[in-house]
Amino acid sequence: MAAPLRRTPLYDLHRESGARLVEFAGWEMPIQYTGILAEHEAVRTRCGVFDVSHMAPVDFSGRDALAAVQRVTTNDASRLEVGGAQYTLLCTPEAGIVDDCIVYRLDTDRYRIVVNAANTAKDLAYFGVHAGHLCHARNRSGELALLAVQGPATVDLLGALGADLGSVARFSIAETSLLGHRLLAARTGYTGEDGFELFVAAEHAAPIWRALVGAGAVAIGLGARDTLRLEARLPLYGNDLDETTTPDEAGLQWAVKPDKGDFVGRAALLARRSAGPPARKLVGFRVTSRGIARGGTEVVDDAGAVVGRVTSGGPSPTLGGAIGLAYIPSALAQSGASLRLLQRGKPLDAELVRGPFYRPTPSRSPGDAP
Amino acid sequence: MTTPIPVDCRYTQEHEWARTEGNLVVVGITHHAVEQLGDITLVTLPAPGTQVQRGDSFGDIDSVKAVSELYAPIDGEVVERNAELDRAPESVNQDPYGAGWMVKIRPRDTAQLEDLLDAAGYAALVAGNG
Repeated sequence: MAAPLRRTPLYDLHRESGARLVEFAGWEMPIQYTGILAEHEAVRTRCGVFDVSHMAPVDFSGRDALAAVQRVTTNDASRLEVGGAQYTLLCTPEAGIVDDCIVYRLDTDRYRIVVNAANTAKDLAYFGVHAGHLCHARNRSGELALLAVQGPATVDLLGALGADLGSVARFSIAETSLLGHRLLAARTGYTGEDGFELFVAAEHAAPIWRALVGAGAVAIGLGARDTLRLEARLPLYGNDLDETTTPDEAGLQWAVKPDKGDFVGRAALLARRSAGPPARKLVGFRVTSRGIARGGTEVVDDAGAVVGRVTSGGPSPTLGGAIGLAYIPSALAQSGASLRLLQRGKPLDAELVRGPFYRPTPSRSPGDAP
Repeated sequence: MTTPIPVDCRYTQEHEWARTEGNLVVVGITHHAVEQLGDITLVTLPAPGTQVQRGDSFGDIDSVKAVSELYAPIDGEVVERNAELDRAPESVNQDPYGAGWMVKIRPRDTAQLEDLLDAAGYAALVAGNG
């Protein structure tokens, strides 16, 4: 018998609002409220709020907290000042990707890693095996709800509710309050837009959600979360990343800092690098013919042989047309300008796109690169 | 929750509707199907002249999340496709039984329509699906 689905503290509100709920990573989550396209546009042009309480905040505290985080992540957490955040990876000893995460430095000896819902149990076991001797990794899921407030109007909307967060730099976290409740607000997200992720005590999640929606934030489901992240070219674990892919293949080598000292997977990563560039790379593409390439679509060479596979694909509501990500041979990724795709036997043409498909119109935020 | 099921249509198990107009049969997908698919972004339909057989997959309907196939409710020849859907696929969401129609088929044998579900039968099918 399947385990019962978990529900976030906002479940009843989602039900009341008429959201369509689906099973996602063992949780019963809203896939859409009014419609994916309208929700997508709300985040690109105004402000949306997502319930992402299925993601698990895992805290590392104490004298050896930094040593533990450094041991289990590829990026260099020693570079974080208190209030700083960075994108990082967990790797297997063979350099496969266990998860992709954001790590926050909450205090001198306190770090928080937010892990993907589908990986929570695996990651907690991983933390125990590889860093349990240094520090206990405490899962705060259940205790904390996570609300992502995203879109160009986010700072103004939170300001109207009394949380003045305009001076918080991108990729940092600060304490604030909403409705009189203290909470941590991180200027991070998964949409390509400016915005905040709010760590809220579970019992305060519903009133804060209501206040955000009352102030004009549009409720956004996981469907639009996926189209938004794809336009921003942010990888999705389980689609674009898994334990058979390495950081270098996924184009995430910038999040690997071998000079920081030892970490799980370091030796294998360096051995692979000394053997040469990776045989395949994750690339972005835009479909130039009529059609939409979905995950699983084959990439074929001129002779028709299958040389790669689409890992994420769908329509781009902001740009029009269809976009996606695919693993293809590195030689093709470097020299090629176009791709031939085969979806269920139907040929599609695509062109390679470097960098994000969509970039927000520049807003001035402290901490942005000049 | 109720879903509109016009009584002047016949229905397939795969949620297409078929409505007789003169000597042609107009085909689209039902309101229930549209609810399940969500926002439709691309409709790929066969060219006029295409011969289809009942149960053939003869088109693709892409929603934001997924692609699903369109199945022919009867044997015949496609005589017209709704070219408006190239520009406005959202018509399928907005008006699935009207502006969101997909193809017109010249049937080989109109008696085949009798094999399809009537509105009551389709309502029962949808209710069973929850």
